[in-house]
Amino acid sequence: MDRVNSDGRAVRSRTARAALVLFACVAAGAGWSQEQGAPAGRVPKPAITPAQGDTCVEPVEFMRRNHMEVLLHQRDRTMRAGVRTKQHSLKGCVECHASAETGSVAAAPGDFCRSCHGYAAVKIDCFECHAAKPAVAQGAKP
Amino acid sequence: MNGHDAGRRQFLAWGAGAVATLTLAPGVLLLQSAHGRAPVEAASGAVRWGLLIDTDKCAKGCDACVTACNRENGLSGGTRETDAQWIRKVELKDLRTGREASLPMMCQHCEQPPCVDVCPTGASFKRADGIVLVDKHVCIGCRYCMMACPYKARSLVHENLADQRPDVPRGKGTVESCTFCVHRVDRGETPACVRACADAGHGAMVFGDLNDPASDIAQRIARYPSTQARADLGLNPGVRYQGI
Repeated sequence: MDRVNSDGRAVRSRTARAALVLFACVAAGAGWSQEQGAPAGRVPKPAITPAQGDTCVEPVEFMRRNHMEVLLHQRDRTMRAGVRTKQHSLKGCVECHASAETGSVAAAPGDFCRSCHGYAAVKIDCFECHAAKPAVAQGAKP
Repeated sequence: MNGHDAGRRQFLAWGAGAVATLTLAPGVLLLQSAHGRAPVEAASGAVRWGLLIDTDKCAKGCDACVTACNRENGLSGGTRETDAQWIRKVELKDLRTGREASLPMMCQHCEQPPCVDVCPTGASFKRADGIVLVDKHVCIGCRYCMMACPYKARSLVHENLADQRPDVPRGKGTVESCTFCVHRVDRGETPACVRACADAGHGAMVFGDLNDPASDIAQRIARYPSTQARADLGLNPGVRYQGI
């Protein structure tokens, strides 16, 4: 439909489609925020599961923007060089942020990682390989 | 603030450990390379991890090392073609003399690993301390390394997995093999198979630093004859066998 006739019509059609998508998003978002019991506002907010402990390893604002960079950096240092500091390790994240209900950071939509990743529609691949639950006592003795 | 305090306390604890290591008898120093590495410290090229397996002590029919490996690394323990096996028990028999030997076979952690040579993405790599690993973030599952390995040591994960061990991430579509239990080695422990062999009372496996002349493994290989599997290939494996 975009390709037929004049440029003007193609643009109109695209704009209409974008508006429709936007409307659908806003409608879905509004419904979702009511379900989560978020405060009434123009922008729905994800309900984030509280973590154990008092503070994160970095300021919260920094982690919200940069946790993926921090994890990527730590991942290569751990994998390639064997540096196993707890400060920025994924295992460390999971130990503090696993939810009380599922014991996991990514099992249910309300769990820590999935709450934001679902909200932002960013696919999370970590837990296809990595454990999303903290270690339990099993395996060989030291 | 608490995070910083905790980090500082941990740093002080490592410092205390290091001081204790230095001030004790010189004999303790040989443990330092194996047990003294702090988590912040990268694996050192001065270390070459190795494993010596005495086939005379390895009991026929015993699979303590295999089950310990499976439990430690979260493997299913299945032996189908599509199941991951990091370590296998092999029974040998000399048909002329009738002498039988039993040994565990796993990634030999070669100094010149063919799996690293053929990897098209750089996923297969050798760490500074000689442990050959797969970076599964980069592995595309092409299985060239499985074909290149003369020891049949590597496996592809064919199916989706769940409940992986926190220390051992594993996932479908990537190749994996024995890691010398790198997460345990980095904590200053021995691989799970070595521990299990000792617990089973056989003590057929000795793990240690081949580069440290004072280590148990280095002294044993200097004193007793040992061979490398397929030594003719010139790969200089870190795993050596006695009695075959």
